Amino acid sequence: MLRSGRVDFAGVVKQVNLSYVPDARVGEFVLVHVGFAISTVDESEARQVFEYLEQMGELAELEEGNRP
Amino acid sequence: MKFIDEYRDPEAAAGYARALRRITTRPWTLMEVCGGQTHAIVKFGVDELLPPEVTLVHGPGCPVCVTPLELIEKAIEIAAMPHVIFCSFGDMLRVPGDTHDLLTVKARGGDVRIVYSPLDAVALARANPQSEVVFFAVGFETTAPANAMAVFQASRLGLTNFSMLVSHVLVPPAMEAILSSPRSRVQGFLAAGHVCTVMGYTEYESLVEKYHVPIVVTGFEPLDILQGVYMCVKQLEEGRAVVENQYARAVRRTGNLPAQELVSKVFRVVPRKWRGIGEIPQSGLALAPAYAGFDAELRFGVAGHSADEPAECCSGQIMQGLLKPHQCPAFGARCTPEHPLGATMVSSEGSCAAYYRYRRLQLPVMDRTNEKVVARGV
Repeated sequence: MLRSGRVDFAGVVKQVNLSYVPDARVGEFVLVHVGFAISTVDESEARQVFEYLEQMGELAELEEGNRP
Repeated sequence: MKFIDEYRDPEAAAGYARALRRITTRPWTLMEVCGGQTHAIVKFGVDELLPPEVTLVHGPGCPVCVTPLELIEKAIEIAAMPHVIFCSFGDMLRVPGDTHDLLTVKARGGDVRIVYSPLDAVALARANPQSEVVFFAVGFETTAPANAMAVFQASRLGLTNFSMLVSHVLVPPAMEAILSSPRSRVQGFLAAGHVCTVMGYTEYESLVEKYHVPIVVTGFEPLDILQGVYMCVKQLEEGRAVVENQYARAVRRTGNLPAQELVSKVFRVVPRKWRGIGEIPQSGLALAPAYAGFDAELRFGVAGHSADEPAECCSGQIMQGLLKPHQCPAFGARCTPEHPLGATMVSSEGSCAAYYRYRRLQLPVMDRTNEKVVARGV
Protein backbone atom coordinates (compact mmCIF):
# COMPACT_ATOMS: atom_id res chain seq x y z
CA MET A 1 0.00 0.00 0.00
CA LEU A 2 2.85 2.42 0.73
CA ARG A 3 4.63 2.22 -2.60
CA SER A 4 7.13 5.05 -2.83
CA GLY A 5 9.88 6.27 -5.12
CA ARG A 6 12.49 8.95 -5.58
CA VAL A 7 11.31 11.99 -7.53
CA ASP A 8 13.71 14.55 -8.99
CA PHE A 9 12.36 18.13 -8.71
CA ALA A 10 14.83 19.84 -11.03
CA GLY A 11 17.77 18.68 -8.93
CA VAL A 12 16.17 18.23 -5.51
CA VAL A 13 15.42 14.55 -4.97
CA LYS A 14 12.68 13.55 -2.52
CA GLN A 15 11.03 10.32 -1.51
CA VAL A 16 7.41 10.49 -2.71
CA ASN A 17 4.44 8.23 -2.00
CA LEU A 18 3.25 6.51 -5.19
CA SER A 19 0.15 4.72 -3.84
CA TYR A 20 -2.19 6.76 -6.03
CA VAL A 21 -0.26 6.33 -9.29
CA PRO A 22 -0.01 2.52 -9.48
CA ASP A 23 0.96 2.66 -13.17
CA ALA A 24 3.83 5.17 -12.79
CA ARG A 25 7.16 3.81 -14.02
CA VAL A 26 10.78 4.94 -13.62
CA GLY A 27 11.49 7.89 -15.92
CA GLU A 28 7.92 9.20 -16.04
CA PHE A 29 6.87 12.65 -14.84
CA VAL A 30 4.43 12.90 -11.93
CA LEU A 31 2.51 15.74 -10.27
CA VAL A 32 3.33 15.79 -6.55
CA HIS A 33 1.30 17.35 -3.74
CA VAL A 34 2.23 17.16 -0.01
CA GLY A 35 4.45 14.14 -0.57
CA PHE A 36 2.02 12.20 -2.77
CA ALA A 37 2.08 11.75 -6.54
CA ILE A 38 -1.53 12.42 -7.60
CA SER A 39 -1.20 12.22 -11.40
CA THR A 40 1.20 11.16 -14.12
CA VAL A 41 2.00 13.67 -16.87
CA ASP A 42 0.73 12.57 -20.29
CA GLU A 43 3.56 13.59 -22.60
CA SER A 44 1.40 13.27 -25.71
CA GLU A 45 -1.01 15.86 -24.27
CA ALA A 46 1.78 18.15 -23.07
CA ARG A 47 2.24 19.81 -26.45
CA GLN A 48 -1.41 20.62 -27.01
CA VAL A 49 -1.12 24.18 -25.65
CA PHE A 50 1.28 24.86 -28.57
CA GLU A 51 -0.65 22.82 -31.13
CA TYR A 52 -3.82 24.78 -30.31
CA LEU A 53 -1.88 27.99 -30.97
CA GLU A 54 -0.46 26.60 -34.20
CA GLN A 55 -3.94 25.75 -35.41
CA MET A 56 -4.94 29.37 -34.89
CA GLY A 57 -1.91 30.44 -36.94
CA GLU A 58 -0.40 32.33 -34.01
CA LEU A 59 2.80 30.36 -33.56
CA ALA A 60 4.59 31.20 -36.82
CA GLU A 61 7.35 33.20 -35.16
CA LEU A 62 8.10 30.63 -32.47
CA GLU A 63 11.48 29.03 -32.97
CA GLU A 64 11.67 25.28 -33.10
CA GLY A 65 14.07 25.17 -30.11
CA ASN A 66 11.57 26.82 -27.77
CA ARG A 67 9.06 24.02 -28.02
CA PRO A 68 8.85 21.15 -25.58
CA MET B 1 12.92 22.07 -16.17
CA LYS B 2 10.54 19.87 -18.04
CA PHE B 3 6.83 20.72 -18.25
CA ILE B 4 7.31 24.09 -16.52
CA ASP B 5 9.56 26.53 -18.41
CA GLU B 6 7.97 25.75 -21.78
CA TYR B 7 4.66 27.03 -20.45
CA ARG B 8 6.16 30.45 -19.69
CA ASP B 9 7.23 31.16 -23.28
CA PRO B 10 6.65 34.88 -24.02
CA GLU B 11 6.14 34.43 -27.78
CA ALA B 12 3.43 31.85 -27.29
CA ALA B 13 1.84 34.07 -24.60
CA ALA B 14 1.79 36.97 -27.07
CA GLY B 15 0.17 34.62 -29.59
CA TYR B 16 -2.65 33.81 -27.17
CA ALA B 17 -3.04 37.50 -26.33
CA ARG B 18 -3.46 38.33 -30.05
CA ALA B 19 -5.91 35.47 -30.57
CA LEU B 20 -7.96 36.64 -27.57
CA ARG B 21 -8.12 40.21 -28.84
CA ARG B 22 -9.34 38.91 -32.18
CA ILE B 23 -12.30 36.99 -30.77
CA THR B 24 -13.38 39.31 -27.92
CA THR B 25 -16.26 41.64 -28.80
CA ARG B 26 -17.98 42.17 -25.43
CA PRO B 27 -17.07 42.49 -21.73
CA TRP B 28 -16.69 39.19 -19.88
CA THR B 29 -15.95 38.41 -16.23
CA LEU B 30 -14.24 35.11 -15.50
CA MET B 31 -13.23 33.63 -12.16
CA GLU B 32 -10.10 31.54 -11.66
CA VAL B 33 -11.04 29.25 -8.81
CA CYS B 34 -7.65 28.35 -7.38
CA GLY B 35 -5.33 30.59 -5.38
CA GLY B 36 -2.33 29.02 -7.14
CA GLN B 37 -3.74 30.34 -10.42
CA THR B 38 -4.29 33.78 -8.85
CA HIS B 39 -0.65 33.94 -7.83
CA ALA B 40 0.53 32.92 -11.32
CA ILE B 41 -1.74 35.55 -12.90
CA VAL B 42 -0.50 38.36 -10.68
CA LYS B 43 3.15 37.22 -10.66
CA PHE B 44 3.49 36.85 -14.44
CA GLY B 45 1.11 39.71 -15.31
CA VAL B 46 -1.21 37.41 -17.26
CA ASP B 47 -4.13 39.79 -16.64
CA GLU B 48 -2.18 42.61 -18.29
CA LEU B 49 -2.02 40.62 -21.53
CA LEU B 50 -5.80 40.28 -21.73
CA PRO B 51 -8.02 42.56 -23.82
CA PRO B 52 -9.63 45.31 -21.68
CA GLU B 53 -13.04 43.62 -22.03
CA VAL B 54 -11.90 40.51 -20.12
CA THR B 55 -11.81 40.76 -16.32
CA LEU B 56 -10.46 38.03 -14.04
CA VAL B 57 -11.84 37.87 -10.51
CA HIS B 58 -10.21 35.70 -7.90
CA GLY B 59 -11.97 32.73 -6.39
CA PRO B 60 -12.12 31.03 -2.99
CA GLY B 61 -9.56 28.31 -3.82
CA CYS B 62 -7.20 28.99 -0.95
CA PRO B 63 -7.70 26.38 1.79
CA VAL B 64 -5.91 28.42 4.45
CA CYS B 65 -8.10 31.44 3.63
CA VAL B 66 -11.43 29.67 4.01
CA THR B 67 -10.62 27.77 7.23
CA PRO B 68 -13.08 29.25 9.76
CA LEU B 69 -11.81 31.28 12.68
CA GLU B 70 -13.31 28.91 15.27
CA LEU B 71 -11.19 26.08 13.86
CA ILE B 72 -8.05 28.20 14.23
CA GLU B 73 -9.14 28.80 17.83
CA LYS B 74 -9.53 25.04 18.37
CA ALA B 75 -6.09 24.48 16.86
CA ILE B 76 -4.60 27.10 19.19
CA GLU B 77 -6.28 25.50 22.21
CA ILE B 78 -5.05 21.98 21.35
CA ALA B 79 -1.54 23.13 20.41
CA ALA B 80 -1.11 24.79 23.81
CA MET B 81 -1.90 21.57 25.70
CA PRO B 82 0.97 19.73 27.41
CA HIS B 83 2.17 16.48 25.75
CA VAL B 84 0.75 17.59 22.39
CA ILE B 85 2.89 17.80 19.25
CA PHE B 86 0.80 19.92 16.90
CA CYS B 87 1.68 19.51 13.20
CA SER B 88 0.59 21.72 10.35
CA PHE B 89 1.53 22.99 6.91
CA GLY B 90 3.52 26.21 7.34
CA ASP B 91 0.86 28.65 6.05
CA MET B 92 -1.52 27.96 8.91
CA LEU B 93 0.87 29.10 11.66
CA ARG B 94 0.51 32.80 10.95
CA VAL B 95 -3.23 32.93 10.33
CA PRO B 96 -4.66 35.23 13.01
CA GLY B 97 -7.13 33.71 15.44
CA ASP B 98 -9.22 35.81 17.81
CA THR B 99 -6.24 37.05 19.81
CA HIS B 100 -3.13 35.26 18.53
CA ASP B 101 -1.84 32.64 16.09
CA LEU B 102 -0.19 29.20 16.25
CA LEU B 103 3.24 30.76 15.94
CA THR B 104 2.58 32.61 19.20
CA VAL B 105 1.69 29.29 20.84
CA LYS B 106 5.05 27.97 19.65
CA ALA B 107 6.85 31.08 20.94
CA ARG B 108 5.27 30.50 24.36
CA GLY B 109 6.63 26.97 24.50
CA GLY B 110 3.99 24.92 22.68
CA ASP B 111 5.34 22.07 20.52
CA VAL B 112 4.10 23.26 17.11
CA ARG B 113 5.83 21.80 14.08
CA ILE B 114 5.69 22.42 10.35
CA VAL B 115 5.49 19.23 8.30
CA TYR B 116 5.77 18.69 4.56
CA SER B 117 3.36 15.78 4.39
CA PRO B 118 0.69 14.33 6.72
CA LEU B 119 2.69 11.09 6.67
CA ASP B 120 5.45 12.99 8.52
CA ALA B 121 2.95 13.50 11.35
CA VAL B 122 2.19 9.76 11.40
CA ALA B 123 5.93 9.07 11.61
CA LEU B 124 6.19 11.53 14.53
CA ALA B 125 3.36 9.68 16.31
CA ARG B 126 5.24 6.39 15.92
CA ALA B 127 8.47 7.92 17.19
CA ASN B 128 6.85 9.70 20.16
CA PRO B 129 4.44 7.22 21.79
CA GLN B 130 4.40 9.32 24.98
CA SER B 131 2.99 12.37 23.10
CA GLU B 132 -0.32 13.11 21.39
CA VAL B 133 0.41 14.01 17.77
CA VAL B 134 -2.28 16.14 16.10
CA PHE B 135 -2.29 17.05 12.41
CA PHE B 136 -4.20 20.12 11.19
CA ALA B 137 -5.87 18.70 8.07
CA VAL B 138 -6.71 21.72 5.96
CA GLY B 139 -7.23 21.56 2.23
CA PHE B 140 -9.29 20.91 -0.86
CA GLU B 141 -9.79 17.69 -2.83
CA THR B 142 -6.11 17.85 -3.86
CA THR B 143 -4.93 17.29 -0.27
CA ALA B 144 -7.70 14.92 0.86
CA PRO B 145 -6.05 11.75 -0.55
CA ALA B 146 -2.84 12.44 1.40
CA ASN B 147 -4.75 13.07 4.62
CA ALA B 148 -6.96 10.03 4.05
CA MET B 149 -3.82 7.91 3.66
CA ALA B 150 -2.36 9.30 6.90
CA VAL B 151 -5.48 8.29 8.88
CA PHE B 152 -5.65 4.94 7.10
CA GLN B 153 -2.01 4.24 7.95
CA ALA B 154 -2.40 5.35 11.56
CA SER B 155 -5.37 2.98 11.84
CA ARG B 156 -3.46 0.10 10.23
CA LEU B 157 -0.52 0.68 12.55
CA GLY B 158 -2.85 0.76 15.56
CA LEU B 159 -1.60 4.22 16.62
CA THR B 160 -3.63 5.54 19.53
CA ASN B 161 -1.70 8.82 19.88
CA PHE B 162 -2.45 10.24 16.42
CA SER B 163 -5.45 12.43 15.55
CA MET B 164 -6.56 15.01 13.02
CA LEU B 165 -8.25 18.39 13.29
CA VAL B 166 -10.18 18.28 10.02
CA SER B 167 -11.23 21.33 8.01
CA HIS B 168 -11.54 19.89 4.53
CA VAL B 169 -13.50 21.73 1.87
CA LEU B 170 -14.87 20.84 -1.56
CA VAL B 171 -14.73 23.08 -4.63
CA PRO B 172 -17.89 22.38 -6.70
CA PRO B 173 -20.36 23.34 -3.89
CA ALA B 174 -18.47 26.65 -3.46
CA MET B 175 -18.68 27.33 -7.20
CA GLU B 176 -22.41 26.63 -7.03
CA ALA B 177 -22.77 28.99 -4.03
CA ILE B 178 -21.09 31.74 -6.06
CA LEU B 179 -23.23 31.06 -9.13
CA SER B 180 -26.49 31.03 -7.18
CA SER B 181 -25.75 34.34 -5.43
CA PRO B 182 -27.79 37.19 -6.95
CA ARG B 183 -24.73 39.43 -6.69
CA SER B 184 -22.51 37.10 -8.72
CA ARG B 185 -20.63 38.68 -11.64
CA VAL B 186 -19.04 35.44 -12.79
CA GLN B 187 -19.82 34.42 -16.38
CA GLY B 188 -17.27 31.64 -16.76
CA PHE B 189 -14.89 29.61 -14.60
CA LEU B 190 -11.31 28.48 -14.92
CA ALA B 191 -11.62 25.38 -12.73
CA ALA B 192 -8.72 24.35 -10.50
CA GLY B 193 -6.57 21.86 -12.43
CA HIS B 194 -5.01 20.15 -9.43
CA VAL B 195 -8.36 19.52 -7.73
CA CYS B 196 -9.45 17.89 -11.01
CA THR B 197 -6.40 15.59 -11.14
CA VAL B 198 -8.03 13.89 -8.13
CA MET B 199 -11.76 14.38 -8.77
CA GLY B 200 -11.92 14.59 -12.57
CA TYR B 201 -14.53 16.96 -14.00
CA THR B 202 -17.79 15.04 -14.24
CA GLU B 203 -19.18 17.03 -11.26
CA TYR B 204 -19.01 20.23 -13.34
CA GLU B 205 -21.23 18.87 -16.08
CA SER B 206 -24.38 19.34 -13.99
CA LEU B 207 -23.26 22.84 -12.94
CA VAL B 208 -22.82 23.86 -16.57
CA GLU B 209 -26.23 22.51 -17.43
CA LYS B 210 -27.96 24.22 -14.51
CA TYR B 211 -26.30 27.65 -14.74
CA HIS B 212 -25.27 27.72 -18.41
CA VAL B 213 -21.78 28.93 -17.52
CA PRO B 214 -18.67 27.60 -19.30
CA ILE B 215 -16.16 25.79 -17.09
CA VAL B 216 -12.63 25.16 -18.39
CA VAL B 217 -10.36 22.92 -16.30
CA THR B 218 -7.13 24.94 -16.33
CA GLY B 219 -3.50 24.49 -15.31
CA PHE B 220 -1.20 26.83 -13.40
CA GLU B 221 1.43 28.14 -15.78
CA PRO B 222 0.94 31.41 -17.71
CA LEU B 223 0.25 29.66 -21.04
CA ASP B 224 -2.21 27.29 -19.37
CA ILE B 225 -4.14 30.23 -17.96
CA LEU B 226 -4.08 32.16 -21.24
CA GLN B 227 -5.37 29.13 -23.11
CA GLY B 228 -8.02 28.56 -20.42
CA VAL B 229 -9.18 32.17 -20.76
CA TYR B 230 -9.20 31.84 -24.56
CA MET B 231 -11.30 28.65 -24.46
CA CYS B 232 -13.72 30.22 -21.97
CA VAL B 233 -14.13 33.50 -23.90
CA LYS B 234 -14.57 31.57 -27.15
CA GLN B 235 -17.47 29.65 -25.63
CA LEU B 236 -19.03 32.85 -24.27
CA GLU B 237 -18.71 34.67 -27.59
CA GLU B 238 -20.31 31.71 -29.38
CA GLY B 239 -23.08 31.43 -26.77
CA ARG B 240 -22.00 27.96 -25.69
CA ALA B 241 -21.48 26.53 -22.21
CA VAL B 242 -19.70 23.20 -21.82
CA VAL B 243 -16.96 21.68 -19.68
CA GLU B 244 -13.60 21.70 -21.43
CA ASN B 245 -10.22 20.42 -20.27
CA GLN B 246 -7.24 22.66 -20.95
CA TYR B 247 -5.02 20.70 -18.52
CA ALA B 248 -5.22 17.31 -20.24
CA ARG B 249 -1.55 16.54 -19.57
CA ALA B 250 -2.46 16.02 -15.88
CA VAL B 251 -6.27 15.72 -15.69
CA ARG B 252 -8.39 12.80 -16.85
CA ARG B 253 -12.21 13.05 -17.00
CA THR B 254 -12.79 10.59 -14.15
CA GLY B 255 -9.81 11.77 -12.08
CA ASN B 256 -7.72 9.55 -9.85
CA LEU B 257 -9.91 6.59 -8.87
CA PRO B 258 -7.67 4.97 -6.20
CA ALA B 259 -7.43 8.37 -4.49
CA GLN B 260 -11.21 8.92 -4.63
CA GLU B 261 -11.76 5.46 -3.22
CA LEU B 262 -9.67 6.01 -0.08
CA VAL B 263 -11.07 9.53 0.44
CA SER B 264 -14.64 8.22 0.42
CA LYS B 265 -13.67 5.42 2.81
CA VAL B 266 -11.98 7.65 5.40
CA PHE B 267 -14.11 10.80 5.07
CA ARG B 268 -17.80 11.68 4.75
CA VAL B 269 -19.37 14.77 3.14
CA VAL B 270 -20.70 17.35 5.64
CA PRO B 271 -21.88 20.98 5.61
CA ARG B 272 -18.90 23.26 6.25
CA LYS B 273 -18.48 26.90 7.21
CA TRP B 274 -16.13 28.89 4.94
CA ARG B 275 -14.30 31.80 6.50
CA GLY B 276 -15.65 35.07 5.12
CA ILE B 277 -18.40 33.33 3.13
CA GLY B 278 -20.52 31.36 5.59
CA GLU B 279 -21.89 27.84 5.70
CA ILE B 280 -22.22 26.01 2.39
CA PRO B 281 -24.24 22.74 2.33
CA GLN B 282 -22.34 19.52 1.55
CA SER B 283 -19.14 21.49 1.03
CA GLY B 284 -16.74 19.79 3.43
CA LEU B 285 -15.26 16.51 4.58
CA ALA B 286 -15.18 15.12 8.11
CA LEU B 287 -13.90 11.75 9.32
CA ALA B 288 -16.25 8.84 8.58
CA PRO B 289 -17.78 7.08 11.64
CA ALA B 290 -15.31 4.18 11.35
CA TYR B 291 -12.42 6.65 11.78
CA ALA B 292 -14.04 8.97 14.36
CA GLY B 293 -11.48 7.76 16.91
CA PHE B 294 -8.92 9.91 15.05
CA ASP B 295 -11.01 13.09 15.35
CA ALA B 296 -9.02 15.61 17.42
CA GLU B 297 -12.14 17.69 18.15
CA LEU B 298 -13.71 14.73 19.95
CA ARG B 299 -10.48 13.54 21.56
CA PHE B 300 -9.65 16.93 23.10
CA GLY B 301 -13.23 18.10 23.70
CA VAL B 302 -12.91 21.38 21.81
CA ALA B 303 -16.18 21.11 19.91
CA GLY B 304 -17.88 24.33 21.02
CA HIS B 305 -15.80 27.34 19.90
CA SER B 306 -17.34 30.28 18.13
CA ALA B 307 -15.52 33.45 17.14
CA ASP B 308 -16.23 36.66 15.26
CA GLU B 309 -14.34 37.85 12.20
CA PRO B 310 -12.56 41.20 12.42
CA ALA B 311 -15.12 43.62 10.94
CA GLU B 312 -12.50 45.37 8.86
CA CYS B 313 -11.48 42.30 6.82
CA CYS B 314 -13.39 41.97 3.54
CA SER B 315 -11.82 38.70 2.41
CA GLY B 316 -15.28 37.13 2.00
CA GLN B 317 -16.21 39.62 -0.71
CA ILE B 318 -12.80 39.20 -2.33
CA MET B 319 -13.13 35.42 -2.48
CA GLN B 320 -16.56 35.69 -4.10
CA GLY B 321 -15.20 37.96 -6.81
CA LEU B 322 -17.06 41.06 -5.56
CA LEU B 323 -13.96 43.08 -4.66
CA LYS B 324 -10.30 43.09 -5.69
CA PRO B 325 -7.73 43.05 -2.85
CA HIS B 326 -6.49 46.62 -3.38
CA GLN B 327 -10.07 47.93 -3.14
CA CYS B 328 -10.05 47.07 0.57
CA PRO B 329 -9.26 50.22 2.61
CA ALA B 330 -6.98 48.23 4.93
CA PHE B 331 -4.89 46.69 2.10
CA GLY B 332 -1.17 47.37 2.43
CA ALA B 333 -1.78 49.82 5.29
CA ARG B 334 -3.36 48.19 8.34
CA CYS B 335 -3.22 44.76 6.71
CA THR B 336 0.13 43.38 5.51
CA PRO B 337 1.65 39.87 5.47
CA GLU B 338 3.54 40.79 8.69
CA HIS B 339 0.36 42.00 10.41
CA PRO B 340 -2.56 40.38 8.58
CA LEU B 341 -6.21 41.07 9.39
CA GLY B 342 -7.33 37.98 7.51
CA ALA B 343 -6.04 34.76 6.04
CA THR B 344 -6.05 35.97 2.41
CA MET B 345 -3.08 38.18 3.36
CA VAL B 346 -1.17 35.27 4.91
CA SER B 347 -1.37 32.29 2.63
CA SER B 348 0.89 31.71 -0.35
CA GLU B 349 -2.39 31.11 -2.21
CA GLY B 350 -4.27 34.12 -0.84
CA SER B 351 -5.15 36.81 -3.37
CA CYS B 352 -4.37 39.71 -0.99
CA ALA B 353 -0.89 38.25 -0.44
CA ALA B 354 -0.43 37.96 -4.23
CA TYR B 355 -1.36 41.63 -4.79
CA TYR B 356 0.82 42.71 -1.89
CA ARG B 357 3.80 40.71 -3.07
CA TYR B 358 3.74 41.51 -6.77
CA ARG B 359 1.66 44.66 -7.27
CA ARG B 360 1.66 46.96 -4.28
CA LEU B 361 4.06 49.47 -5.80
CA GLN B 362 1.84 49.95 -8.83
CA LEU B 363 -1.54 50.02 -7.14
CA PRO B 364 -3.28 53.07 -5.79
CA VAL B 365 -4.29 52.64 -2.15
CA MET B 366 -6.96 54.37 -0.13
CA ASP B 367 -5.55 57.09 2.10
CA ARG B 368 -7.67 57.18 5.21
CA THR B 369 -6.62 60.59 6.46
CA ASN B 370 -8.07 62.64 3.61
CA GLU B 371 -10.26 59.98 1.95
CA LYS B 372 -8.67 60.22 -1.47
CA VAL B 373 -6.79 57.79 -3.62
CA VAL B 374 -3.06 58.37 -3.59
CA ALA B 375 -0.40 56.74 -5.71
CA ARG B 376 2.10 54.62 -3.81
CA GLY B 377 5.77 54.02 -4.44
CA VAL B 378 7.25 54.73 -7.83
